[in-house]
Amino acid sequence: MEDKHMDVQDIIKPENRVYKKPALLNDTHMHYCPGCSHGVVHKLVAEVIEEMGAAEIAIGIAPVGCAVFAYNYIDVDWIEAPHGRAPALATAAKRLQPDKLVFTYQGDGDMAAIGTAESLHAANRGENIAMIFINNAIYGMTGGQMAPTTLLGMKTSTTPYGRRADLNGYPLAITGLMAQLDGTCYVTRQSVETPAAVRKAKAAIRKAFENSMHGKGTSVVEIVSTCNSGWKMTPADANKWMEENMFKKYPIGDLKNE
Amino acid sequence: MEEVRLMKGNEALAHAAIRYGADGYFGYPITPQSEVLEVLEEQRPWETTGMVVLQAESELAAINMVYGGAACGKVVFTSSSSPGISLMQEGISYIAASEVPALIVNVMRGGPGLGTIHPSQADYFQAVKGGGHGDYHLIVLAPSSVQEMCDFMWLGWDLAFKYRTPAMLLADGLVGQMMEKVVLPEPRPRRTEEQVRLQCPWAINGRKDMRKRNVVTSLELVDEIMEQNNLRFQRTYREIEKNEVRYEAINTDGCDYLFVAFGSMARICQKVMEMAEEEGIKIGLLRPITLWPFPAEQIKEAAKGAKGIMVVELSAGQMIEDVKLAVECNVEVKHYGRLGGIVPTPEEVLDALKNQFAIVK
Amino acid sequence: MAKIRGAVTVNTERCKGCNLCVVACPAKVLSLQPKEVNNRGYHFAYMSAPDKCIGCSSCALVCPDACIEVYRVKVDE
Repeated sequence: MEDKHMDVQDIIKPENRVYKKPALLNDTHMHYCPGCSHGVVHKLVAEVIEEMGAAEIAIGIAPVGCAVFAYNYIDVDWIEAPHGRAPALATAAKRLQPDKLVFTYQGDGDMAAIGTAESLHAANRGENIAMIFINNAIYGMTGGQMAPTTLLGMKTSTTPYGRRADLNGYPLAITGLMAQLDGTCYVTRQSVETPAAVRKAKAAIRKAFENSMHGKGTSVVEIVSTCNSGWKMTPADANKWMEENMFKKYPIGDLKNE
Repeated sequence: MEEVRLMKGNEALAHAAIRYGADGYFGYPITPQSEVLEVLEEQRPWETTGMVVLQAESELAAINMVYGGAACGKVVFTSSSSPGISLMQEGISYIAASEVPALIVNVMRGGPGLGTIHPSQADYFQAVKGGGHGDYHLIVLAPSSVQEMCDFMWLGWDLAFKYRTPAMLLADGLVGQMMEKVVLPEPRPRRTEEQVRLQCPWAINGRKDMRKRNVVTSLELVDEIMEQNNLRFQRTYREIEKNEVRYEAINTDGCDYLFVAFGSMARICQKVMEMAEEEGIKIGLLRPITLWPFPAEQIKEAAKGAKGIMVVELSAGQMIEDVKLAVECNVEVKHYGRLGGIVPTPEEVLDALKNQFAIVK
Repeated sequence: MAKIRGAVTVNTERCKGCNLCVVACPAKVLSLQPKEVNNRGYHFAYMSAPDKCIGCSSCALVCPDACIEVYRVKVDE
């Protein structure tokens, strides 16, 4: 067909469709704020499970935090864990059902504060699970308090004058610790603020899920994320701020890939 | 097949678990129950039945592994002792709220705090009143012998699965550590995944044949639904109270005095009864086997005509509150207990009975 | 010579008007509705310059609410 005769409606036909919402991301309206990184990551998790043909064996463990309702959005079996304990639940779910695809979805409070022990020990045992770790350096659900990953100088509702090392300690790059453990096979830090970053993050999630099914040990995919509401910025400004500030402390790339 | 063995209570319950067809054990060592994990590791059931045994990094992790396994419809348990059980309360509350079956063994030691490693029954309140946050109950079974340590594992799981609620074996260090003859039951195979899907259609085991997804959660932000959830839990508890009260009554007919005691203290009370009979004092014993649901009616019945009740516990007086509620102040209720890990002698208990009720012979 | 033409559809009720698709689009195809809002009160995204769309999916990839479908055809010039 020639371009000059082509109307938009001629293009919008099923045979021309190259991108659509994954079926496993159900139609429920997500409670996340406009522009929240969680939505993108949910979409990627749903796409990867779908593309792996793993909907019948996937088991997600939801955290406490903004993603507590992940089980309402991604259409697979889920258990909602107590705060920080997702890796312990995942350990049992996987050991008792080794043929299932078991993954956790955790925030920075869940993985790097209240659930540090469970997260590090599951990874250290080399549990055949994938951990998706959303690091947005703030507690979104409870209203923007300091996270273990909050940057120095960063203002939150519990560090209203900026995080100070002498008062609040230092930001914790927990995936750096995970990478040192013999039980992990793949530890990577990704982001989802640009189309290219989204593609890489998806490939990382896919690799992590495949590792878990191949019995290679624990995979951790950190997604350096924004919380534009908590940061009090527009979504686009939050992405820019993340690139300029978060990436210095949490550089993007593989920390371990075996 | 059945097997007669001489072993500790803690060992017996580990063997009972394997023979029940348990799918998993998750625990953290603590005296006086570390034999449970040790026996399981020594038995290597993963090579025979396929049972998973894992030493967790903490009691918090252990109970949440149990939660994860229970949510998958698996036969799972943990064991610990008082301080460890305190740590587990968060997870136990979640398990109750999520309506999944699990078994928790508490081989009690003296508290509060780190306390002592010696026997105690001072976790009675924690066990029978809920323990963690929110309105919930555990089915609480109190074994008083090594045989019951074995048998109540099976009963505990049967009840937990029947009512989709956590059950607790509330033993004490004495029952856990003592050696007795025990008849271990004939082993049963673990359930297959198909059997789990049939028995537990709510279980988290993947959307086979793209069935509707399952979600196990304790969260519900719509208050009206949360209230309905709570009312459903309460209906289950009323059912359990109606159907599952268990107790043992010994010489309660026409007794002058009634002992109410559970676990190891019920055994000591039986010795006291023999000694008292020689002195012409008729004492009956009502031993609650289920501490929750509590055999209140049975105690009320057994106490009819008795001059008094003595509740004998290894605590400063916990079960006595439920006994008093049971008899509605119609009978005088006294208490005798030792604290700090001390187990009283039968002579001591008999003297206490005579003193408190001013019995002169 | 062949050329790529694209188009997108926006699930306007799912869209939260976060503007990330508008920023991500290399061809400046998308805008937020300046006045119109959806049932939740969001100014949803739409193709303000549909002829420029190359169907690259950048908008859809970064969309947190998966409200964008992308279509693409090869056309002769």
